[in-house]
Amino acid sequence: MNIVVCVKQVPEVADADLEINKEGSGIEREDLVMDINEWDNYAVEEAVRIKEALGGTVTVVTLGDEDSEDVLRRALAMGADEAILIDGEGFEASDATGIARGLCQAIRDLSFDLVLTGVQSADDGWGQVGLVLAEFLNLPYASMAVGVEIEGDKAIVLRELESNTQEKVELPLPAVLTVQTGINDPRYVSIMGIRKVRNIEIKETEAQGLGLSEDEIGAKGSSVASRKLSLPPVGEGAEILTGSLGEICEKTAQIIRDKGGVE
Amino acid sequence: MKEILVLAEHRRGELRDITFEMLSMANRLAGENDMTVTALFLGHEASDLSDGLKGACDSIVIMDDPKLANCNADPYLVAMELVLKERKPLLTLIGHTAAGMDLAPALATRLSLPLATDCLEVNLVEGRLEVIRQIYGGKINAYLTMKPFEQYLISIRPGSAAAEAEQGKSGATETVPVPSWENLKGRRFLDYLEAELEDIDIAVADILVSIGRGIGKPENIPVAQEFADAIGATLACSRPVADKEWLPKSRQVGTSGKTVNPKIYIALGISGAFQHQAGMKNANTIIAVNKDPRAPIFNVAHYGIVDDLFKVLPLLKEKFTKK
Repeated sequence: MNIVVCVKQVPEVADADLEINKEGSGIEREDLVMDINEWDNYAVEEAVRIKEALGGTVTVVTLGDEDSEDVLRRALAMGADEAILIDGEGFEASDATGIARGLCQAIRDLSFDLVLTGVQSADDGWGQVGLVLAEFLNLPYASMAVGVEIEGDKAIVLRELESNTQEKVELPLPAVLTVQTGINDPRYVSIMGIRKVRNIEIKETEAQGLGLSEDEIGAKGSSVASRKLSLPPVGEGAEILTGSLGEICEKTAQIIRDKGGVE
Repeated sequence: MKEILVLAEHRRGELRDITFEMLSMANRLAGENDMTVTALFLGHEASDLSDGLKGACDSIVIMDDPKLANCNADPYLVAMELVLKERKPLLTLIGHTAAGMDLAPALATRLSLPLATDCLEVNLVEGRLEVIRQIYGGKINAYLTMKPFEQYLISIRPGSAAAEAEQGKSGATETVPVPSWENLKGRRFLDYLEAELEDIDIAVADILVSIGRGIGKPENIPVAQEFADAIGATLACSRPVADKEWLPKSRQVGTSGKTVNPKIYIALGISGAFQHQAGMKNANTIIAVNKDPRAPIFNVAHYGIVDDLFKVLPLLKEKFTKK
C-alpha cells in the first residue's frame, strides 16, 4: 500500500491578531507561527497508520518556500518515508487549480494506491485542491473522510455529512481521499523525533522541471482577477461587557439569571 | 436570456434548506440582471421532491435514474457535465455542503470552469462576477473579482440567504435524458450511518456551557464542568474538542454535530467558525468569552466578554455558589 500525502504549511491564526498588508491583498505573516495545516496532519497520521497495518511506503509532498521543509520533516518524524518539496516560485497567487497542477505533475509518475490530502486549508479554505487533483489524475475520489478501511483493491470510506450522519462509500484503488479532522488521534512529534529524520534527503523540484508553463500557474493561471481583504467589524452584534472583571462577572451572572431563570 | 442553474440538494427523501437558500440568492441575482433561474433535480422517482421546487424557480430540469437516487459524486458529475454543456448557464450554484463540496471542484476541473467556493455573497457588476468569502477561519473577509468567463461555478455557504419554498414563482418541469454512464469511475454508495447517542442529548438542555479550542487541554474541562453544574447547565463543545476526543462527539454543536436552541448558550474559548455558528446561532441568548476581540463568535453573540476564560470562570461561578 503506497500512499502519497499532500501537505501545506499555514500560519497559526486561532489566537493571532491578524493584520492586512498595505495593498490589501494578504495578511502580514512575519509574526505568525507556521505549522502543518491541521487537516493535513490528520491525513499524514492516517497514511502512516495504514502503512503500519498493511506495509508499503508513505511519500509526503508540499508546495511552498524553503521553510515548508519543516512540515515535511514533521511528517517524516511521524513515519513518512520520503518527501518532495515543490519550489513555490511561480505559484504565488495560484488558485487551487494551479496548486493541484504542481502536485499532479510531481506525483503522477509515482507508484501509489492512495493519495490523501486535507479537506481544506486553514488559510484560504477553498476546499478544492484534493478533488481537482483527483480529476487531473483521472481517479475516483471521496471527500471529507472520517474513516478509511482498505479491503483488497477497494477502500471503504466513511464520509462526514451534516447532523451526526455519515455516508459509507466504496472506491476502487487507486483513489484520492480528502481527510477530515477527528478521523484519528495524530501522534505527538517531538524535537528528538524531528532530529532523527534530519538526514533523510528531501527531493526538490520546481515548476519548470515539472513541465508547467507560467500561464498554467500563479496569477496568470488563476481564475481570480483580484482580491481585496478586510477585517470584519469587531464584535458586530454583541454587546461587549466592560468594567473590572468583578463587574463584568456580576453583569454576566445577572444576564444568566434573567435569561435562564437560574436561581 | 442568460440562466442561473441551481443544483437542488436532497437527502433521504427531503429537500435540504441550502436548495432554497441558493434559489433565493439566484432569484435576487436574476431580478437584478434579467436572467432566469433553473433548478436542476438529479434523483430517482422523486417527483414529490422536485415538485417542491416549483414555487422558487422559473423552471425545473429533472434527470431521473437509479444511479442518481443518492448524491454519489461519480454519476452526479457525469450528469451535471451533460446538463452544463447543453444549457451553458452563466452561473451554476452548488451548496458548500458535504454533498456540494464533494462535487464542485471536480466538476469545475472536468469542464475547465472557474470555481469560487464557500461564497457568502455573489454579485454581477457590469458583467463581472464578484464574490465575498471568508478566509483564515472567518477572521478575514475576502472580496474577489473573477476573470471574465462564459460560465462560472460557485458554491454557496449554508445560511447565506433565506430558505423559502415560496418565492412567487411557478416553475415548469422538464425531464431530460440521462447520460450513457460510460465515464463512471466505480465509486459506489453503500449506506447512511447515524451516530449513536453516546451519553446525553444536548439539544434538550435549557442552558449549554460550550467549550472550544481555548479550553487548552482535557485537564481543564472540570473547570468548565463545575461552572456548568453551578448554573444547572449541560456541557457541550465545538469541533476541536470532539476531534481530540476530550468530549464525546454527541456533545458537539455545529453543522456536522447537533443544532441547538437553548435559552442560554455560553461559548467559552470558541472562535466561532461558521460551521459552529450554524448549530447555535438561534439560541435565545448567547454569551461568548474569548481572548480575541476579533473572534467571529462575537458576531453572533448577544453579550461578549473579551478576556481569559480561566480568569472569568472562577469569579463567575462564585456568583452562583456563594449565598
